[in-house]
Amino acid sequence: MTQSSKAFTSKFDQILAPYGFSSAGWSEANEAEVSRAEIHAVVALADFRSTVTRLIEDGCRLASVFAEDRSHAGLGFLIYYVFDHREDVRFLLLRTSVSEDSMVFPSVSAEIPAVNWQEREMQDMFGLVAEGHPNPRRVALHDNWPDIHPLRKDFPIDTVLPPFEGEQHVYRPTLGEGVFQIPVGPVHAGIIEPGHFNFAVAGEPILYLQLRMFYTHKGTEKRFEHMPLRHAVYLAESISGDSSFSHGTAFCQAVECASGAEIPIRAKRMRTILLELERLYNHVGDIGAIVNDVGFGIANAHGARLREMILCVNEELCGSRLLRGLVCPGGMRYDWTEQQTTRCREGLQIFAAEFTDLMKLIDSSDSTRDRLEHTGILHPDKAVDLGIIGVSGRASGVDRDLRRDHPYAAYDEASFAVPVYQAGDVFSRMLVRVDEIVQSMRILKDTLERLVPGPCLVTLPPLPANCVALGAVEGWRGEILHWIRTGPDGRLERCKIKDPSLSNWPALVEAVQGNIVPDFPVINKSFNLSYSGTDR
Amino acid sequence: MFHILKKSVQTGLVTIGYPHRPAQIPEHFRGAPSFELAGWQDARPSAEACPTGAIAIEESEARRRVTIDYGLCIYCGQCAEADPSGAVKITRDFELAVRARGDLVTTAEYPLTSDGRQGPVAVVPTGLPAAHRTLQPLEQKLQQRIHDILGRSLAIREVDAGSCNGCEMEIGALNNPVYDLERLGIHFVASPRHADMLLVTGPVTRNMELALQKTYRATPAPKIVVAVGACGISGGIFGNHYATIGAVDAVVPVDVFIPGCPPRPQALLHGILLALGRMEQRLNSSDAGR
Repeated sequence: MTQSSKAFTSKFDQILAPYGFSSAGWSEANEAEVSRAEIHAVVALADFRSTVTRLIEDGCRLASVFAEDRSHAGLGFLIYYVFDHREDVRFLLLRTSVSEDSMVFPSVSAEIPAVNWQEREMQDMFGLVAEGHPNPRRVALHDNWPDIHPLRKDFPIDTVLPPFEGEQHVYRPTLGEGVFQIPVGPVHAGIIEPGHFNFAVAGEPILYLQLRMFYTHKGTEKRFEHMPLRHAVYLAESISGDSSFSHGTAFCQAVECASGAEIPIRAKRMRTILLELERLYNHVGDIGAIVNDVGFGIANAHGARLREMILCVNEELCGSRLLRGLVCPGGMRYDWTEQQTTRCREGLQIFAAEFTDLMKLIDSSDSTRDRLEHTGILHPDKAVDLGIIGVSGRASGVDRDLRRDHPYAAYDEASFAVPVYQAGDVFSRMLVRVDEIVQSMRILKDTLERLVPGPCLVTLPPLPANCVALGAVEGWRGEILHWIRTGPDGRLERCKIKDPSLSNWPALVEAVQGNIVPDFPVINKSFNLSYSGTDR
Repeated sequence: MFHILKKSVQTGLVTIGYPHRPAQIPEHFRGAPSFELAGWQDARPSAEACPTGAIAIEESEARRRVTIDYGLCIYCGQCAEADPSGAVKITRDFELAVRARGDLVTTAEYPLTSDGRQGPVAVVPTGLPAAHRTLQPLEQKLQQRIHDILGRSLAIREVDAGSCNGCEMEIGALNNPVYDLERLGIHFVASPRHADMLLVTGPVTRNMELALQKTYRATPAPKIVVAVGACGISGGIFGNHYATIGAVDAVVPVDVFIPGCPPRPQALLHGILLALGRMEQRLNSSDAGR
């Protein structure tokens, strides 16, 4: 474990010095952009690929890739690569532009597999061409969609598409004596989200898994562009149901950053408390579900019961079991009474004792441990290569946590450790959750003590037009990014959402290889990725 | 083994009594908003505050028609916060499931005063059924048949047709020891071929349209379809646009609608049991017009 208190250096300033571009910000004749918490740099398209690979060699991590249509402003299509570095609290946004005549940008997916789907999504959504992409097929809009590019500004959101012809997707064939393919989904056997898994198996062991996602693609990013700001937070809360508060907070942080306003300390602490409650209920539910998938049903019953305890606390504080409807740009919609925080404290006390009991119960079962250890291994080097983040990353040696590395809400005053394991198996992913629950309880206890009375909401000034901002939150699953650009009259011109699931699915593909089909559910559960967060 | 038994004995019974006993709903739960339609003087602030258009206003020639749709509502409470007159209140009502989509909609018409506010209600609110609406003879016969065939033991297949996973989490919670659906003879099955009921969440994406149709066809008759959540009923916050169809009943016929974002587990229980004729429809005009 590494402690949260550490000195930050201005690492990006050192790294970027020899690159020859200034980190002072970007501005062009016909647009003036403002951003406050990031470093911006503009690179010519021709130098783009080499710059990206050089940054990776210099120890930067590519967090997200996205595009926006600025052709109406005569700027063509802009492409952004978001980097972070372990030793800098700022994000680096590298930007290039692609002209409407060529539409081609260089793909880096072969070197950085983490952006495979994101580059393909840019192709689908904008009609851009990722030159040199190893698998440039459609991803977000399935093969039977007509040739449309929804995130272009000239595409009306309410376009009525004709009925689609049937399924046309071709999976890569897996051939060989005794090799079979098992198609599963999109409607799964459990009460979970839709996606298609195509397993190639030789007997019981899985040789190869092909995923097909985006069944729940809801045009969310386009929808943001058609919503007044005050309503958009509700859309953010519906990006991934189990991360409602994290997504809502990431969105609000982006808006607050764009407005330049500082929210009251009480609002920051209230957000910290709810972010940790979201982590608690998901982690404890997952621990139960993981051991359930290797046959320890009674522990799952207790896990689900503990999850319910936290959901009741959530409802006490928010009026919603999923923590919806409280966060808003500028702080929190309403304050808590003394009685509400007391009930929260009491609920957490009971939870703490019950959680200790649950872990004793799970620890008492050797057969459970036997099934979880060495199952679904994601090697640390592969986790780094694939850019795996969050719980799944920390179980495979990736020591990253936005709460510590890019503090937001009231995490700068919280003291907590970030658990990191090296084994990368199902057991490690469970242990990360167990340790994080313990750390969350510590954060909650301290933050509740510091929760002194005061205002919890400020009125934001009207957002300046043409302002860009990034909001970053370590959701319970991992890094959530919301990037916004404001338009005239305070509307959103673009909202890019990056859920950790989008980059973590390749980890599942890697981890199941060589494991038996009956272990797939427990391996999948140990990652517990969001389909809706991926597909949006 | 001893640990397990000891813990179970220590824990005791955690299952709720609902629906046999009244539900224990936390004090701060945000349930259905109620509207004092008769004396409402200005619906505009609430309509503007509503993120999904569940409160809609149409104006023509000095008359204002206000439409309230619980099927679009995401229960955020913004309408009550925005209304200065206190005519909109947040209640803890959660038993909102209905058999007909129209039962979730109510309208009222007002003459407009010179300052844009509303005069006394001109057309009495319509749309929501009168208290405990009595079923028509044919409906009664049908309900009895459903009850005879499926009313005692029921197999449900859940279909996520594009949801944010919020509804799935609450549906999944029905399996936990607190809500324990199986005590009512109801259980979830792994295939539509084993199911009597499809529990479908929305907002039906274009990418799930075909899968939903195929799942419906794979379910043997007689079958019941229940649309869950604001998105399943109307498209909710996501609406109806290039990537979504918006409502489950635009793709397959729906028997019962359960509002909520997401509906709490007790609300899901009420809707499922309503579909089987084991509980009554509660939503009525007095809820909206209180």
